Amino acid sequence: MRRVAGVMLAVMIAGWAGAASAQTTEISFYYPVAVGGPVTKIIDGLTADFEKENPGIKVKPIYAGTYQESIVKALTAVKSGEPPQTSVLLSTDMFTLIDEDAILPWDDLIKTPDDRAWLKSCFPAFMLNSQTGGKTWGIPFQRSTIVLYWNKDAFKDAGLDPERPPANWTEMVDVGKKLTRRDASGNVTQWGIQVPSSGFPYWLFQGFTTQNDVLLMNEAGTQTYYDKPAVVEALQYWVDLSQKHKVMPAGIIEWGTTPKDFFEKKTAMMWTTTGNLTNVRTNAKFPFGVAMLPANKRRGSPTGGGNFYLFKKSTPAQQAAVLKFVKWITSPRRAAEWGIDTGYVAVRPEAWDTPEMKKYVAGFPFAAVARDQLQYAVAELSTHENQRVTKALNDGLQAALTGAKTPAQAMKDAQAEADRILRSSRR
Amino acid sequence: MRLPVGIRAQVYGWLLLLPALVLLVTFTHYPTVTTLYHSLMSTPKGARPAVWVGADNYHAMAADPVFWQSLRNSAFYALGTIPISIALALLMAVLVNGKLPGRGFVRLAYFTPTILPMIAVANIWLFFYTPGYGLLDQVLGVFGIGSHNWLGSRASALPCLMAVAVWKDAGFFMIFYLAALQGIAPALGEAAAIEGAGRWYVFRRVTFPLLMPTTLFVLVNAIISSFRLVDHIVVMTRGGPDNTSSLLLYYIYDVGFKFWDTSYAAALTMVLLAILATAAIVQFAFLERRIHYQ
Repeated sequence: MRRVAGVMLAVMIAGWAGAASAQTTEISFYYPVAVGGPVTKIIDGLTADFEKENPGIKVKPIYAGTYQESIVKALTAVKSGEPPQTSVLLSTDMFTLIDEDAILPWDDLIKTPDDRAWLKSCFPAFMLNSQTGGKTWGIPFQRSTIVLYWNKDAFKDAGLDPERPPANWTEMVDVGKKLTRRDASGNVTQWGIQVPSSGFPYWLFQGFTTQNDVLLMNEAGTQTYYDKPAVVEALQYWVDLSQKHKVMPAGIIEWGTTPKDFFEKKTAMMWTTTGNLTNVRTNAKFPFGVAMLPANKRRGSPTGGGNFYLFKKSTPAQQAAVLKFVKWITSPRRAAEWGIDTGYVAVRPEAWDTPEMKKYVAGFPFAAVARDQLQYAVAELSTHENQRVTKALNDGLQAALTGAKTPAQAMKDAQAEADRILRSSRR
Repeated sequence: MRLPVGIRAQVYGWLLLLPALVLLVTFTHYPTVTTLYHSLMSTPKGARPAVWVGADNYHAMAADPVFWQSLRNSAFYALGTIPISIALALLMAVLVNGKLPGRGFVRLAYFTPTILPMIAVANIWLFFYTPGYGLLDQVLGVFGIGSHNWLGSRASALPCLMAVAVWKDAGFFMIFYLAALQGIAPALGEAAAIEGAGRWYVFRRVTFPLLMPTTLFVLVNAIISSFRLVDHIVVMTRGGPDNTSSLLLYYIYDVGFKFWDTSYAAALTMVLLAILATAAIVQFAFLERRIHYQ
């Protein structure tokens, strides 16, 4: 924290110096990195390249910790009157940032036809979480979806076709049953599947609800549909995976250790983010596959990850500089570079047509699975009073998964709580 | 002009007091008063400024099931971790105070958990508790006990977090007991032995009473740390499943920095302050009278 304050002070001083000479425009941006390492190096490299191409602009990335820590720092900075010019924060923080009066819509800066074309150039699935009330508040940058990873050796051992992952809900249960192995005393040595449920179970749950063809909220972010019959049905299926079919461990499954469970062959399949692609590629000691999530009434997954936001209280020169920087970093070439280096889904279709990306996908076809799934993707759950409304759902999901409530009761309670919280936002 | 002696003494006294006074007011009293003030206001949102709402936040609290659950969890957590970690600390201190081969090494081993940051400890324990191949399940597996989802089931999540706290705190408290044990004159024990007292009797009637000042100090620390340290919850369960491992301070963090309902968080903070103040008053007003200082 103190270091961040120090950096901010340095930025402020540099900013004044810049204003005095009226030559360079300095912009600061908060970027969420939990730990240093490769990603900070990539960002540093990108900003250095940008500064070389645009001598009048200085970009100061400030590494602000996890997404949660970053929004805490950004909003604290807003309240103290010294916000960053731009920041990468969760796409679901949009309503929170609007309600706190912290950000401007990008439309305000858009003047040329070129700018307008750029604003429309991202995959539409990513824009669902970036627009409300007819305005664009977020520019997609590091975005992901949920995919299914499977262990081909485990499939072979169970007498299944290792090249054919389950395509629908019924198949996932059938395949899961064959993959679940028990020792002589009945203890499970290998589970069929793990769908994590710690921390943010709502995100994984949106996979099930989307596949059951039902949305969890309206676009205005003022209404949730937690207690719709199709939502309860989706939760029933998730609960049944462990309680009825016994192909998934009972209780809450930790998000953080699920990839490790997969490497240790404790589970033959897992649902997790595309952001784990590089991790799995490095650590899995067996041939593995990556597939779209199985379908029920349709295919589906929520998107996730972070957007660029434009903060209030910047000078027009700084705002123009921010626009230039964000346009540059989301240009097809840079977006492709970013996607290849990190495993995030490159946010624009043109990025996938670049020679670099084509070469990458040819060598590692799984990288394209997330892109192909985007046509079925929906917005991540996001409403006014976002984290509170989301917590109501999380608590309900965990109550059902640990057997404390029936799915119907859990969703009814979650909806009642969400209604209570959102009452004032509907006025 | 020379001031009268009485006033000069006053000024001198206040000047001596000033550094401590400034620090206490800035970092303790002023924040307490502003927290109380904010707890009686509404949360400002964007263009909407804060307005006076009186006891509204406290009424909301009384009707908030998550608050009551967190409070119950905190009470259970404190009642569980404090006696166990103090008893364990005393036991370890007595053990390494005696003539033990490799005494220095054992002392170091007991103290090591204290030096580690709680976040690191929590990440280590997260893998101890992992179902299937975690350390705990591997050890139990040797005895033919099947794997258990320790952090993922309602009954075991909070006790698992308590075990981490005990593991981390006991070594720290041991150091105080060890220092106190070294300060007790051996003559007292020898005199009692001549009178024919057994080792347990000496501990019960001589050593333990002489350790009471340390016990009070450790108790104060233990209570504070049981309410103050929630880092491991962030790493291991995030209050789940379904709030069964949410402690009061963790809930305050949720409300303040995730929901951005700062005035409600201020009201919750007042409750935490009231609890800690009551504990301090009870300890210093009642317990201290029964303690013998050498």
